[in-house]
Amino acid sequence: MSKAFSASRAVTALMLAGLLLLPLYSQLSGNLFILTLFTRIVILALAAASLNLIMGYGGMTSFGHAAYLGIGGYAVGILAQEGIGSGFVQWPVALAASAIYALVIGALSLRTRGVYFIMITLAFAQMAYYVASGLARYGGDDGLTVYKRSAFAGLVDLSNRVQFYYLCLACLLGVIALIWRIVNSRFGLVVQGLRSNEQRMQAIGFPAGRYRLVCFVISGTMCGLAGALLANNTDFVSPAVMYWTRSGDLMVMVILGGMGTLFGPVIGAVVYLVLEELLSQVTEYWALIMGPLLLVIVLFGRGGIMGLLGRLDRG
Amino acid sequence: MLLVVEQFLNGLQFGLLLFLLAAGLTLVFGIMDLVNLAHGSLYMMGAYFAATFAAWTGSFLLGALLALGATLLLGIVLEVTALRPLYGRDHLDHVLATFGLILFFNEAVRLIWGPAGLALPLPAWLTVPVPILSGIYYPAYRLAIIAVALVVALLLYVGVMRTRIGMLIRAGASNREMIGALGINIKLLYTLVFGLGAALAGLAGLMQAPILTVQIGMGENILILAFVIIVIGGIGSIRGAFLAAIFVGMIDTMGRAFLPNLLRQVLSSTAASTAAPALSSMLIYLLMAIVLVVRPEGLFPANRR
Amino acid sequence: MAEPLLRVEGLVRRFGGIVATDHVSLDVAQGELHAIIGPNGAGKTTLISQLTGHLPPNAGSISLGGLDITYLPAHRRCALGLARSFQITSLLLDFTAADNVALAAQAHAGTSFRFFADARRERGLREAAHAALDRVGLSHRADIVVSRLSHGERRELELAVALASRPKILLLDEPMAGLGATESQRMVKLLQELRKEVSIVLVEHDMEAVFALADRISVLVYGRLIASGDPAAIRQNEEVRRAYLGDQHVVTRHG
Repeated sequence: MSKAFSASRAVTALMLAGLLLLPLYSQLSGNLFILTLFTRIVILALAAASLNLIMGYGGMTSFGHAAYLGIGGYAVGILAQEGIGSGFVQWPVALAASAIYALVIGALSLRTRGVYFIMITLAFAQMAYYVASGLARYGGDDGLTVYKRSAFAGLVDLSNRVQFYYLCLACLLGVIALIWRIVNSRFGLVVQGLRSNEQRMQAIGFPAGRYRLVCFVISGTMCGLAGALLANNTDFVSPAVMYWTRSGDLMVMVILGGMGTLFGPVIGAVVYLVLEELLSQVTEYWALIMGPLLLVIVLFGRGGIMGLLGRLDRG
Repeated sequence: MLLVVEQFLNGLQFGLLLFLLAAGLTLVFGIMDLVNLAHGSLYMMGAYFAATFAAWTGSFLLGALLALGATLLLGIVLEVTALRPLYGRDHLDHVLATFGLILFFNEAVRLIWGPAGLALPLPAWLTVPVPILSGIYYPAYRLAIIAVALVVALLLYVGVMRTRIGMLIRAGASNREMIGALGINIKLLYTLVFGLGAALAGLAGLMQAPILTVQIGMGENILILAFVIIVIGGIGSIRGAFLAAIFVGMIDTMGRAFLPNLLRQVLSSTAASTAAPALSSMLIYLLMAIVLVVRPEGLFPANRR
Repeated sequence: MAEPLLRVEGLVRRFGGIVATDHVSLDVAQGELHAIIGPNGAGKTTLISQLTGHLPPNAGSISLGGLDITYLPAHRRCALGLARSFQITSLLLDFTAADNVALAAQAHAGTSFRFFADARRERGLREAAHAALDRVGLSHRADIVVSRLSHGERRELELAVALASRPKILLLDEPMAGLGATESQRMVKLLQELRKEVSIVLVEHDMEAVFALADRISVLVYGRLIASGDPAAIRQNEEVRRAYLGDQHVVTRHG
């Protein structure tokens, strides 16, 4: 297959080493902000990786992935509000709620293809957004403060910045390991085959719908985990996390890093969010640069950063 | 009674406004196979242009006319510079590129007009309430919106159904290769169609401007409603977009107005007031879900084979 | 005579006013190679699409091994042992040749809802894939991505994919389409081998190949079967000659 040493592997390894050592740097330099920033990046990278499973490997362009961030977050927030603080309850509920939402939305939207699918996933995520805005008991538009982070019976302390960062990183790496197994499994090959040529897959005996739906549910569940982490990270959850531009951000991260590559979404998330941070320090109007930059990436950079590195490897 | 008539007219007005937005979107989809998220930005630009030009000229009508021309021009420039390279590419590319355009437009507006919203005051003759039935008054301006939108819808219908360009547009919506085969200048047709769509979005935006504040991001939520309408109506179908838009406008308006009371009949009043806002904002999406189950290709698909 | 493997009775398919399949009845016996020929636009591909389940018929029935499959979806028919090749090559272009074939084998070897084990390391699937590739003479190209294979190799790979599902019957839609002279000869040789193992329905323009291979030939014109019989009988048939009059397909090879 690929060579033992390649630019994409080197960059991936470098990035992983950086992520692992980041808390150390933060402690030594006293730069606490960077740890906060990267906790957020790691969580959103997890969300992007889950989107990559359906979009990159499965060819299902969902424009409503941020809905799961909200569902996972609200599961934690609402349970905390109702006095259930244990993460052993909160997190499974977050995952289950995401899975159920994905099952219903997937069953409906997978009846369609292409543009329709994009618009429908977007519309349903918007519905979730409005529903959350209508939850007067849980803050409505203003959102819901999570006064106490999920408790894991003393195993990890989520209020400890470093512990929480490593928990997020462990979740990210765990999910990526899972995706790695899935895409090389029987199931994963079928899903990728369906992306490549649905007619052929039907002809050799695979019904498309149920494989796509299961993949859609797995991806949504993974993103629900990111939602639970995000609510703990910000101690707050509001309809804004489900706003459609957030779904757009996740798509951009996946494309920027490289669709259908294992670590592409992570690289994409790091680059996108760090760029956003840097640009917003330089100018208040950072989106004025970011917007056209996206256009340029789409026009000239198909395959994202991973694709670029791959071309470098091949010389 | 009074409330019902008023809400009916509100629903009609909202639906017609949505139609103006959805018509351009569905034509661009159907003919150019282009997913344009920035359609909502054109709506926003229409409103900003109108507010600015009206302030300059001191005339609401003159400002509106200038704004219409400006969005048409903006649409043409946008098509020629940014969107042309996207034709024939993956829908995902369209989504991302036009997502980038939204970021750009929002930020450009913030830079030029500042973060605070603008107001577009109405001339006095449009603010008077007009008697429509005995004892029932309705704002003249909202009636004007209904009239203008109906005229535009009629023109659009006649234009698409009766004229030569309209024939090409319909041919393009159901079979894209065909217009090429007919030896038509596709580039020009695309530019015209996109410009038309932009002008329609601008018209919707500038008409909505006096009712709501002119602000950044105003085109985004309404764009998603336009998507729902297209899904319900069927891509590329003007007729489908019209009927679905009226339907969605009515259901959304009526739902918000009457659902809380209806719920109060069945639920306890606290439960009803908790559930009503969430439920009424779900209504049109539930409608979309039902259409998807029954007819995944929409109610009036343009390219029925 | 025993129950035929595939039986088609009174099949009708209309497109608007056009009757593309007009009360077609035919059967394919166990071990038979049954060719379907006809001029362009005779409705051959429409017929095949109904057999594979990609197009529902308006009337009539199709049964496989005595089982009514008229309204089964494509993937269920495949599970019952009906495999096809496409007229226009339809493969997973970004997968290797071996992956293409292994997926076909996988479809018929237990559930594909397995999420963890590496499917490319499943020996059974890989062996089945290599056996099928070997069968069509492609084993040396197993690890090449399909988009880099030549047209002829892709036609052979189509066959290997169909074989890997261990079908009872193969529907081959113009396997020689677009092949050069030597490639065509190789394909004919290959089909001669394959027909010993599996029943075949062959739709083909290449008359030389058809008359060399077929046990029986059915002639389709404007959606109607006008004749059915062994190659010698078809050659003599007046109606067939009339239908093909001026059409040089009968005597010369189709370019």
